[in-house]
Amino acid sequence: MFFSLDGKQVHGATGAVGFEGRSDPIVVLIHGAGMDRTVWSQQTRFLAHHGFRALAIDLPDHGKSEGPALESIADLSDWIAEISNHFGEKIHLVGHSMGALTALHAAGNHKDSISSVSLLGVGATMPVHPELQEAADANDVKAAQLITSWGHGTKHHLGNNPTPGLSMTGGTQALIESTARGVLGVDLLACSSYEEAVESAENIDCPILFLLGSEDKMTPRKAAQPLIDAISSEKTIVDFPSTGHMVMIEEPDLVRQKLLAHVTSS
Amino acid sequence: MVEPEFRRFDTRALHAGQYPDPSTGSRAVPIHQTTSYVFDSVDQAAGLYNLETSGHIYSRISNPTVAVLEERLASLEGGVGAVCTASGMAALHLAVATLLNTGDHIVASRNIYGGAFILMNHTLPRFGITTTFVDPRDPEEFAKAIRPETRLIFAETLGNPGIEVLDIGAVSDVAHAAGLPLCVDSTFSTPYLINPIEHGADIIMHSVTKFLGGHGVAIGGTIVDGGRFDWEASGKFPTLTEPYEGYHNITFTEEFGPAALSMRARAEGLKDFGACMSPANAFYLLQGVETLPLRMARHVENTQHVIELLDGHDAVEWIKHPSHPSHPDHDLAKRLYPKGTGAILSFGVKGGREAGKKFIESVKLASHLANVGDAKTLVIHPGSTTHQQMSIEDLENAGISEDLIRVSVGLEDPEDICGDLDKALRSSQR
Ligand SMILES: Cc1ncc(COP(=O)(O)O)c(C=O)c1O
Repeated sequence: MFFSLDGKQVHGATGAVGFEGRSDPIVVLIHGAGMDRTVWSQQTRFLAHHGFRALAIDLPDHGKSEGPALESIADLSDWIAEISNHFGEKIHLVGHSMGALTALHAAGNHKDSISSVSLLGVGATMPVHPELQEAADANDVKAAQLITSWGHGTKHHLGNNPTPGLSMTGGTQALIESTARGVLGVDLLACSSYEEAVESAENIDCPILFLLGSEDKMTPRKAAQPLIDAISSEKTIVDFPSTGHMVMIEEPDLVRQKLLAHVTSS
Repeated sequence: MVEPEFRRFDTRALHAGQYPDPSTGSRAVPIHQTTSYVFDSVDQAAGLYNLETSGHIYSRISNPTVAVLEERLASLEGGVGAVCTASGMAALHLAVATLLNTGDHIVASRNIYGGAFILMNHTLPRFGITTTFVDPRDPEEFAKAIRPETRLIFAETLGNPGIEVLDIGAVSDVAHAAGLPLCVDSTFSTPYLINPIEHGADIIMHSVTKFLGGHGVAIGGTIVDGGRFDWEASGKFPTLTEPYEGYHNITFTEEFGPAALSMRARAEGLKDFGACMSPANAFYLLQGVETLPLRMARHVENTQHVIELLDGHDAVEWIKHPSHPSHPDHDLAKRLYPKGTGAILSFGVKGGREAGKKFIESVKLASHLANVGDAKTLVIHPGSTTHQQMSIEDLENAGISEDLIRVSVGLEDPEDICGDLDKALRSSQR
């Protein structure tokens, strides 16, 4: 689905279920750095057929959304709040990595727009390895390889994907490689320079769900703890053993179930 | 310097796609000899049928044993996914049927497996899909043959039977400039010798029957989806970029991005055409893939011994193998194939057709049969077997002369292989 925000074309996948004539609550799924809507392919269509209008968006200059890429988590979260304004209703947010920081910031700073948040692969800070930033800035394929390598738990490096025939690491790498030139570097800088995560967490008053991989090397499990501790609203924490940063790809079934339960009860 | 850490090729050949079964502890990949899978609930069943959730429904569409092989091959090729099929021919058909429609056109190398040539030259035209055949050594010829209705460029990484080495990068540049994907049949090279995706190929097809399976015990095929081709930017592939009514109007690129082709090939092609791989065959083929690196290294080594024997042999007119300096692609082969160009070679016997027949009938260790990529050494005279349906002109175009003998060098002791070939060559001259 395409729609227009601030005069720019925005694209999102809706699980092939149109929004017309539906009043179900909207769940916006926000991808991470250098990725796009398709990281949620195992969740979007499911939510769309289970009582929600699912909208896995392409952030500006990602997937099929018009650029330029936004350069800070605050800008991204303002943009997300605009989506709520566009539809004239509160929205549920699900975010991964950079998308998780975006959802967190939006929930802390645009309270009237957000019904609930679910965060995957998140930390109170997201430092980026300087060599990764450098490779991303240089549009070097090594950046995609590093993220793919760090992004999947040891077990999931070998796969055994519940989606028959698909390679988890192969999919992640091809997706990052498809990112428009320059965009991954902008994304990573937005992540590493964001310092308001704990403050945003303290402000949150909607229900929040954490889906965390115990082998996450991009945002280690312990980096999520300061956020969890700072949150005073209703919180649910689900730890995924043997799972890395790409939780929704590595454990699609459980993530689907947990997300549905969370948005349904919020 | 930080480096990405992935399991290496030989490790993935053994492990990718599988870890021990959690309920039984089985270390080997179990053969899931079942047609169908019990649903948890009506909702789960509906979700599976609707591509909302992942899992198995019916073994024509997917099967856990076959899925291990698929993921393993995708991993070894560096692709986003793979779909295994009943045979290599079924894989080629699946690629074509998933991407092309009536009225569409293929540009293909003329030096391809006889069965693939027949499919494209005689059978697909019945369904309104035509092919122009070109010299695989000339990327310009591919470019010139492209028409507005062209949808696929096809060639073998190592051609058949002249072992023409495809300049994958150059031909993929031609394809991509025209908004088209390059599909390569990498059967002769296997992912051990080359990963065509790294060189620009978009779809990799294998007859898994051959070196991947490696023991001549099961027929199977696969297409591996590179996941790098931008179907939407190309705008020529409505099966991937337009809503599909067969699945509640899903648009495969929209939902699955890089894995659009794999998903559609399974959801439509396997489901509707039904040329699926059996779980037992997947198991046999997996046993082969586990030792692919060891076997291929030995196949290549033994091939060198055979080439040394044939080189300068009194009964040999010529040799075709890219590792031989007389081969036109010798330099390209060195650049693209540091580990060697495989174990299939051809040569001409002095004395033409008659001598060729005598040779074939004199081998004692090598087997005369229509296959390649077995652990055992195989020989054949294509002019009278695999390529016999082709006209003399088509044969010449495909680089097949009447004296041509093809050898698929096996894993026997090289002295025994060479001894057998030598004796048969001598007999052929009597
Ligand atoms: C290069 C090549 N491609 C495709 C095929 C067809 O594969 P299959 O026999 O598994 O259908 C063969 C062999 O028969 C082959 O040698």
